[in-house]
Amino acid sequence: MAGVAVSTTINGDTVEYLCQPDETLLDVLRDRLGLTGAKEGCGTGDCGACSIILDDRLVCSCLVLGAEAEGRHVETIEGMAHGDSLHPLQQKFLEHAALQCGICTPGFLIAAKDLLAKNPDPTEEEIRFGLAGNLCRCTGYDKIVRAVQDAASVMKGA
Amino acid sequence: MNFDPRYSGRSFTSVGTRPIRPDGVDKVTGRARYGADFNMAGQLVGRVLRSPHAHAKIRKIDTSKAEKLAGVKAVITAADLPDLTDGDAAMYDILDNCMARTKALYDGHAVAAVAAVDARTARQALKLIEVDYEVLPHVVDVDEAMKHTAPLLNDAIFTEGLEEKPVKPSNVTKRTQYGHGDIHEGFGQADFVVERSFKTEQTHQGYIEPHACVASVSSDGTADLWVCTQGHFVYRQHCAQLLGMEASKLRVTSSEIGGGFGGKTHVWAEPVALALSRKAGRPVKLVMTRDEVFRASGPTSATSIDVRIGARKDGTITAAEATLRYSCGPYAGMWAEIGAMTAFACYKLDNVRTVGYEVLVNRPKTAAYRAPSAPMAAFAVESAVDELAKEIGMDPVEFRIRNAAQEGTRSSYGPVYGPIGIGPTLEAAKNHPHMKAPLGKNQGRGMACGFWFNFGGQTCTDLNIGMDGSVSLAVGTVDVGGSRASLSLVAAEELGIDYGQVKAVVADTSSLGYNDMTDGSRGTFSSSMATISAARNAIKTLRDRAAQTWDIPIDDVVWEKGHAIAKGEKYGNLAALSLKEIAAASGKTGGPIAGHSELVADGAGVSFATHICDIEVDPETGSTRVLRYTVVQDAGKAVHPTYVEGQYQGGAAQGIGWALNEEYIYGKDGRLQNPGFLDYRIPVCSDLPMIDTQILEIPNPNHPYGVRGVGETSIVPPLAAIANAVSNAVGVRMTHIPMSPPRILAAIEAER
Repeated sequence: MAGVAVSTTINGDTVEYLCQPDETLLDVLRDRLGLTGAKEGCGTGDCGACSIILDDRLVCSCLVLGAEAEGRHVETIEGMAHGDSLHPLQQKFLEHAALQCGICTPGFLIAAKDLLAKNPDPTEEEIRFGLAGNLCRCTGYDKIVRAVQDAASVMKGA
Repeated sequence: MNFDPRYSGRSFTSVGTRPIRPDGVDKVTGRARYGADFNMAGQLVGRVLRSPHAHAKIRKIDTSKAEKLAGVKAVITAADLPDLTDGDAAMYDILDNCMARTKALYDGHAVAAVAAVDARTARQALKLIEVDYEVLPHVVDVDEAMKHTAPLLNDAIFTEGLEEKPVKPSNVTKRTQYGHGDIHEGFGQADFVVERSFKTEQTHQGYIEPHACVASVSSDGTADLWVCTQGHFVYRQHCAQLLGMEASKLRVTSSEIGGGFGGKTHVWAEPVALALSRKAGRPVKLVMTRDEVFRASGPTSATSIDVRIGARKDGTITAAEATLRYSCGPYAGMWAEIGAMTAFACYKLDNVRTVGYEVLVNRPKTAAYRAPSAPMAAFAVESAVDELAKEIGMDPVEFRIRNAAQEGTRSSYGPVYGPIGIGPTLEAAKNHPHMKAPLGKNQGRGMACGFWFNFGGQTCTDLNIGMDGSVSLAVGTVDVGGSRASLSLVAAEELGIDYGQVKAVVADTSSLGYNDMTDGSRGTFSSSMATISAARNAIKTLRDRAAQTWDIPIDDVVWEKGHAIAKGEKYGNLAALSLKEIAAASGKTGGPIAGHSELVADGAGVSFATHICDIEVDPETGSTRVLRYTVVQDAGKAVHPTYVEGQYQGGAAQGIGWALNEEYIYGKDGRLQNPGFLDYRIPVCSDLPMIDTQILEIPNPNHPYGVRGVGETSIVPPLAAIANAVSNAVGVRMTHIPMSPPRILAAIEAER
């Protein structure tokens, strides 16, 4: 199969790659571009570990084709911190110990960032439903919800 | 080695604080490297062909077409993994499970594998492999498999542990029995007796990271394996034995691990990846799909349990009995035995007997899942205990307190307990505000207790002090949820320095002596013991160097708050030397300063918990909602309390999923019908409330700081606590886990 030439923007940088027509954006990010922060937990859009933001929309990158990124803006976990300054969500996840094994963490951070962009002052219930597309098997979600609540209040104050 | 592991009752500076974990930043920035995040030059993609049949004889495998496909570099079958197990039956089972030899024993059993230049070619190659199966009758249900008419999985298995050696083969591999006293006499003294049968369905650990590894075998016989595992030293031993290698020539590096919970304690894909790499002469990356994880890794047992408990009117249990049948998958296990040991471990009983049966079924080989086997036994026993309390007319908490095991109690599985936390967790639960909160319509409250042994095991640790005074701590227990933080705290505590001065890493198998895997809640317990011992050895050297510097006897030098101090008035003019100062001078005082420790961490303190939960049931649909959940558990000493809370919360959440929703569903054809997170639904954020925790600290006398393992016990009580809550909400005793809406509805309707 002939490769598809794609030109896209990832974390603010212009990126060009060749991919197969049936190749997922997740595989492109991980295997072609070395951006392994997005994880494959299921490959079927059920776990959210591969969450990215595509043109302001939260998506599972395992359900997007690499070719579909043409001309669009992709945000991944690798672009969340500014230099050595962590995003408030990243900082609060650390402070609240909102991760144990950490495999779901990039997906949760991206999903939480998207949630707070759309709803800067969410209730506990809104956080729980907003993050219901991301599976965590370690924490029972308690500390994740608290970290997002704390980050939301910091970001409002900023 | 001069190391005293006994609890000393000291006060702490670092231990008990809550700093940020050392591996944290990498994990929130996407930099941490898990099993599938590692690549090697020239790496191939490995894929496994799996049996679509639950039970089938493999007549022939033709790989010739696959081998001819462009881009395919190796195809292997069982013939490429010759039997080198030399009569070791357990290792033979591992080998056969990695790659079926004569029979496929479950849907998903590996039968062949390929390595190709890319994933698409590998997938295509799998389709070209022709397997000639003779499909055999199968059995997946634990009770059905015990019947004489059931299809036999292995006609060389005759039940062990029976008084008379059986003449016919059986799917029951073993019978075990525990207990003491005379249960007939005990039941004779009872005024009330409750007798019930319970079932639980098979569940999966549900770690979010699928099994993944990169194997590279060189033509000189050395090899590297990068893998997500709970025990890289154990993986090295197993892989080396199965592939006929010397262990020291196989270096295994444990990646960051994306959840294990017992499920990453067994090799499946790793020997296959090594065999593929050996044949192809190139590195091979093998990553399981989620479908493969469900079908072909190691879920829990499904169980069938009968319980009988008798008590006097005053609330004293006079006798307790349980028969436990646990599925093992197609290979022998000791799952029912563990269930039989833990079933009544919370109670002080004069007359108790438990009998376990290990049962073979055409399902994947059972693996450990967080306090393996204990949650199901606790579900049955704690449900019956609740029912018995009700019959007597006693409060279920008071009834448990009255019968709780204490220091000096002979446990139902044999040993006599030291200081234990069952009584204190029950008292704390009784006094918890949760117990007094009002309940609404269709709501029920339940509580239950749980026990887990905990484990210590072989442990080796290195502590190296840099010339700048910073400390590298190399441990061999894989960090599954924050142990690098807790072990750094312990090193800082012992040396009297700041937490930030210590950097803990998990060393690979070539850099450190053997360590058992991170199981049995042993990570922080055992490696902290080895870290304390290593630090004390380093302190001895630090004192020696100070003594040399001062030219005084080492016995006159003490170590306090990170400094060597010359004790006694005669040394009044000697200023204390800091660790940093001693380290800076080390090149001139005898070279590098390090502490090493190798030990068997005996004396893991047993652990108890009591959980309380409130559940609302919709009587029209049978659906449930967890309204409130409280965990009370003894930690011995919480080294990093935030991560201890995390263990309590995580275990409770897994237990909630198990109790209410999760189960393996097999079709009549013996195929797994729900091998994905859509249909095997683990709890999501919106399913759960906050999970309140209360940490009790009853010191373990066999650890210098009093530490007990904390990871597993939290999954033991939830099944029972939730079953008791649902039963109280609907007024019907629930006996089958998971309590999915159809089961709850059926139970309500049966009662009407």
